[in-house]
Amino acid sequence: MMEDVVVENLWKIYPGGIQAVKGISFTVHHGEIFSLLGPNGAGKTTTISILTTLIKPTKGKALVGGFDVEKEAKRVREIIGLVPQDIVVDDDLTGWDNLMVQAALYHIPKSVARKRAEDLLEFMDLKEFANKKAENYSGGMRRRLELAAALLHRPKILFLDEPTLGLDVQVRTAVWDYINRIRKEEDMTLIMTTHYMEEADKLSDRVAIIDYGEIKALGSPKELKDSLGGDIIEVEVEALPEGSSLESLIPVNGMVKEVKLRGNVIRIKTAEGEKALPNIVISLSSKGVTVKSVNLIKPSLDEVFMEFTGKRIRESEVSKEEVFKERAIMRRRAR
Amino acid sequence: MRLEMMEKDSSGKVITEIQVLTVRELKKWLNKPYVVAMMLIQPLLWIALFGKAFNLTGIFSIPPDLLKNLPPYVTQQIQTMFNGILSRLFGNAQIDYFSYMAIGMMAVISLFAGLQTGMSLSWDRRLGYLNKLLVSPISRGSIIVSKVLGGTVKALVQSLIILLIALPFGLKLEIAGLWQVLAALLGLVLFAIGIGTLMISITLKAKSWETQMTVMNLLNLPLMFASNVLVPLAMMPDWLQVVAKFNPLTYTADILRQALLMGTEASTSAILKDLGILTLTAAILLTVGVFVAGKTLRKD
Ligand SMILES: Nc1ncnc2c1ncn2[C@@H]1O[C@H](COP(=O)(O)OP(=O)(O)OP(=O)(O)O)[C@@H](O)[C@H]1O
Ligand SMILES: [Mg+2]
Repeated sequence: MMEDVVVENLWKIYPGGIQAVKGISFTVHHGEIFSLLGPNGAGKTTTISILTTLIKPTKGKALVGGFDVEKEAKRVREIIGLVPQDIVVDDDLTGWDNLMVQAALYHIPKSVARKRAEDLLEFMDLKEFANKKAENYSGGMRRRLELAAALLHRPKILFLDEPTLGLDVQVRTAVWDYINRIRKEEDMTLIMTTHYMEEADKLSDRVAIIDYGEIKALGSPKELKDSLGGDIIEVEVEALPEGSSLESLIPVNGMVKEVKLRGNVIRIKTAEGEKALPNIVISLSSKGVTVKSVNLIKPSLDEVFMEFTGKRIRESEVSKEEVFKERAIMRRRAR
Repeated sequence: MRLEMMEKDSSGKVITEIQVLTVRELKKWLNKPYVVAMMLIQPLLWIALFGKAFNLTGIFSIPPDLLKNLPPYVTQQIQTMFNGILSRLFGNAQIDYFSYMAIGMMAVISLFAGLQTGMSLSWDRRLGYLNKLLVSPISRGSIIVSKVLGGTVKALVQSLIILLIALPFGLKLEIAGLWQVLAALLGLVLFAIGIGTLMISITLKAKSWETQMTVMNLLNLPLMFASNVLVPLAMMPDWLQVVAKFNPLTYTADILRQALLMGTEASTSAILKDLGILTLTAAILLTVGVFVAGKTLRKD
């Protein structure tokens, strides 16, 4: 299998000492959709920025399309496309002019550029808005224009940084459709970042879960979910009886694979949740533990995230959009 | 596609890049006519308030209430005196203050356009468009050169607009000749390039756009007042004359006046001196700019 991206022990420490990426390694195979899934500040954009030659790594190595991002930046730039987290279409220009500028930056001959731009605008349902200034576009339209611009030079490797951030649910699904269609119609490798579980699950061939600059788990969505070893039962209890250990209350046996205590919630891994649940509740009650509530959870990326990081991505995503906007402004000021 | 790219030599590519980015710059500008209008307002106000008011009353820098109380013969005398100074400065040429100042404003609007160049880059950075340029395989220099070129074209167009507006209000052109006009245009271009490059360097260095706004505001009015655009050097206090002699705006205004107002009295040596100083200034600022851009566009 050909490797389109090879990352080895990559570090990024920003001036000021923030360790945004802490020694990550991964490879992306040719033709796959690879997702970096992680909460706010996990280091996703930093990783993408290094791979797209926008910033230099502090340590480590990154090859994109076989080229070193530091030493052969120009070669890398020729074969990649980027849809950045902040939409950056030029508001003062029409959709069409945006695409024409983009085409010229990649030295696509005018006639070819026109043909491709027409096709892409059609593909993205933007044809009738081609001659409108981009400032009149909605968020979803801008995202699509951005996608069209990034596809214009037929990149071998396309980077999508949070391609659906700030879009409402219908538009998000539409963007997923476009991404899937791009993948079907072009011979392209896609690397995207997201903090939406469903997005990573639905779209990607493989997912890397990233938190605090480290990759916590990596695999196909199915592998990751299977790694949970089946279902999870969460039992909320009043309090554990004095002197009793978790192992004595719920012994690990054929049915129970792993037991953990988080606060007053016992988290049990089990192969078949439906069958194990009644036994566990009865056994706990008989040992004098008051069960307040139970929760049977089927494997999902959300659970995988919980398993590897000890928190829910949603918890750490309190009004993500707000934080994102504020930070974007701050970051720009800081530059 | 790949073949194409190999056929085109790299200098040809750079020219295409500069061209498309300069056109983008100008399209953005033309798509916002109100911005163009806003830019013109200030110099036009200066012309209207100073130039016209002065020609009507013959008084310079005397408060209006005082002005009203002065008997007409005094104002007349001052006007004669001032015009005397003007003709002493410019030899036998008959230059009225309105024309003097209108041409000065052509230089001022070029200054503003040059100062604006930094803002344009700053906006591209704040809005993330700069990143889009930086991930593309274009030469980093193309980004800078196209900004400066865009600013220069804006400077030329705007100063032409100033000229055209001033004409019906009494601007008396006395064209010296073809080469003098071409030299003056070259001087204007060099000035705009110099200021544009300076502002680009400041933008790249300053990082925050507030700093840059501050620099812009610190530069525009002082540069204008410490120059000959409003007042001939000879009428200034000595210390200000010294400052004005280090101000490239002075030479831009002078070369334009030589070419457009002096007619047969235009001095070849003055034109060559102005052009020389403006070339030198542009060369220095360009060198600094290339150096700074090379250092900072390679982000860490
Ligand atoms: N230019 C910068 N200078 C200093 N620190 C930075 C810079 N850019 C990002 N950081 C910090 O590095 C860490 C990782 O940021 P990054 O933007 O890579 O995260 P992310 O996963 O993309 O987050 P989000 O989902 O919010 O986009 C954060 O703590 C952030 O504050
Ligand atoms: Mg990000």
